[in-house]
Amino acid sequence: MTEEIKNSNWKLRKGKIIAAKQMTAAEKWFDIQLEDGELDHEPGQFVQVELYGIGEAPISICSSPTKRGSFELTVRAAGRLTDAMHKLDVGDYVGIRGPFGKPFPVKVMVGNDLLFVAGGLGLAPLRSLINYVMDNRKDFGKVDILLGCRTPKDMIFGSEVAKWQERLDVGFHCTVDRTDPDWKGNVGLITTLIPGVTIQPERTFAVVVGPPIMYKFVIAELLKKNIPERHIVLSLERHMKCGMGKCGHCQIDHPKNYYCCKDGPTFTYDEVKEAKKL
Amino acid sequence: MNYHILKKDELDGFIKKLSKKMKVVAPVAKGTGNFAFQEVKAASEIALQYIPTILPPKKYFMPQREKMLDFDVSGAKPVDKAVVEAEEIAVFGVHTCDLAGIQCLNMVFSERPRDYNYLRRKDKIFLIGLECNDYCDENASCALVSSHIPSGGYDLFFTDLGDRFIIHVNTQKAEELVEGMGLARASHADTAALEKVREHKRSAFKNEVGVDPRKLPEIFAKGVKSKVWEDVGRRCVSCGNCTNVCPSCYCFDMADTINLDMKTGSRNRTWDSCQVETFAAVAGGENFREERSDRQRHRFYRKFKYSVDKFYRFFCTGCGRCTRTCMADISLKETLTSLVKENV
Repeated sequence: MTEEIKNSNWKLRKGKIIAAKQMTAAEKWFDIQLEDGELDHEPGQFVQVELYGIGEAPISICSSPTKRGSFELTVRAAGRLTDAMHKLDVGDYVGIRGPFGKPFPVKVMVGNDLLFVAGGLGLAPLRSLINYVMDNRKDFGKVDILLGCRTPKDMIFGSEVAKWQERLDVGFHCTVDRTDPDWKGNVGLITTLIPGVTIQPERTFAVVVGPPIMYKFVIAELLKKNIPERHIVLSLERHMKCGMGKCGHCQIDHPKNYYCCKDGPTFTYDEVKEAKKL
Repeated sequence: MNYHILKKDELDGFIKKLSKKMKVVAPVAKGTGNFAFQEVKAASEIALQYIPTILPPKKYFMPQREKMLDFDVSGAKPVDKAVVEAEEIAVFGVHTCDLAGIQCLNMVFSERPRDYNYLRRKDKIFLIGLECNDYCDENASCALVSSHIPSGGYDLFFTDLGDRFIIHVNTQKAEELVEGMGLARASHADTAALEKVREHKRSAFKNEVGVDPRKLPEIFAKGVKSKVWEDVGRRCVSCGNCTNVCPSCYCFDMADTINLDMKTGSRNRTWDSCQVETFAAVAGGENFREERSDRQRHRFYRKFKYSVDKFYRFFCTGCGRCTRTCMADISLKETLTSLVKENV
C-alpha cells in the first residue's frame, strides 16, 4: 500500500553545514552546501529547512545568488525547531526544500536609486539583495542603507556592516533603540533616519524588511518623501508551512487572496496596502 | 448517454462482486442519526437513506494523517524516501454535495506545484454517486450552490427509481465494470422515470438563502466589516469542528514523528483548521488572525469569495455539515442570510 513516489514535491535535498557562527545571543548563522548542486535562488526567496525528527521551518536566504557553491541562513532561536537548529554545527546535515517565493523585483530596480531599510532580523533577507547589488554595483544608481536594531549587541553581520559603512558608493546610517556605553552612533527608531536621506522619489526604490510593527511607521515616512507606492518593496512575514500555496497558513487577509509563499513574500506596497495587517 | 439498470435486490450481488475487485466503502448507520463511510461487504450494511456522514469522503482522498516521507538518521548523513499511501477503493453512495467537494479538492491539488500524493490516491478511487431525491434535512443549502443536481465528478451515478436504480456510466473504467457485471441497459421508460425524479427535485429544492448566488462574491466584497462576523465570533469556541467536517476544507499541517528506535521516523501531513487560534501565528509572536471573528470570517471568505476568484467556483457544497456539527449553533444559512440582508 505504501509506495515510493519519485515526483513528490515533498522530497528533501541534503544540505551540509560547512560553516556556522553564533552571531548574537539569539541569532546563529549557517553556510550550507547542497550535495546535488546549486540552490539557484534569487534575492528575497526562502527555503524550508527540515531537521529530521523535529520538523520544518521557512527561513529566508541571507546570501546573494552571486555567491556560488553554498547559501547562507541566519536563524533566530524562537521556537522548537529554531532552538534545535542552534545546536547544529559544521558537518551536520539538514533537509532543504526550495527555493520558494517571489524574489525582489531586481529587474525593475536596475538603473534606479535604492534605499534599503532593515529593522533587526529583517537585515537577513535584505542582505541577499544588498550583496547582490554590491556585486553588480554599476547597474544601480545611488544606494543608501538604513539599519536599525534594538541594542548594539543585537546587530547581525557586524563586520560586513562595517565594510558597507566604509564604502564610498554607499550611503550608510545606523541607529539603535536603546544604547550601551560603547555605542557612538544614533539612538532612536529607524524612522528618524529617513528624513535625513536625499531622495529623488521617482527614481528611487525603497526596499523595507523588518518586523510587522515597523512597516506602518516606515512606510508613512517614505510616502512623506513622495516615493510612489509601487516603488516601496516589502517582504512580509507569515508561517509558510508548505511553500506551495496549499496549506493555508500564510494566506494574507486581503481582497486579492494572496498566499505569502507564492505571491510573496515580497510585495510592492500598492499590492498589499489593503491588507488587514502587513 | 449511457444508462444501465440495477434492480434493488441485485444491489447485494453488485457490492459483493465489486468488493472482490477492491475495497468497498459506503455510508453506514452509526446510531443517533449519524452516518459514516466505512468498509462494507454486503448491501445490507449500507444506509441508502442517509444525511451527510460525520466526515465527508474527503478522508479517502486526503486522510486525516498521511505519511509523505520516511527517513533514517542513524548514519552520518540522513537518508529519506518520499512515499504515498494509496489503495484501490470504491466509494459507494456519494451524494452530489460530496462529489462537488471532491471536485474542489481536485482543483486545489492539481494546481501547480502539484500534490502527487493526492493525485496518485485519487487515481485509485472509483467513485459511485447516489442521488438525493429529497432534502436530507433543513441544514442543507445545496440548491444555493447548485450541487443538488449531479454535474460529473463520478464514475457511476445511482438514482433510486423505487424498485430499481438507474445508473449513469460516466467513465471508461466504469463502462468496463458495468459490462463485466452484465447489467441491463436502461429503457426509455427508465430514463423517463429519471427525468421525473429531476422534475420533482426542481420544485422540491429551492434556493435556501433566497439570493442570486452570482451576487454572493460581490456581497462578500462589501461585507468585510459586517457585524455578522462579530456576532459569529462572539459565539464561536474555535473548536475547528466546522472545518474538519467540511468536504472542501484542505488546510494542513506537517509534523515529524520519530520512532522508538530514535533512528527512523516519518514526516506526516495532518488536517489543520484556520479556526484554531495559532493557525496564522508566526515565530516572532505576531498572530495575523487573533480574533475568533477574523477566523470565522476567513472561513466564509474561503468558501464564497476567494475560491470564486481563484477557482471560479464556490467551495461551499451546501452539505450543511458545519451547521450540524457546530457546538455554538452557528448556522451557515443564517449567517449568509444576515450578511445578504446587510449588504445587498
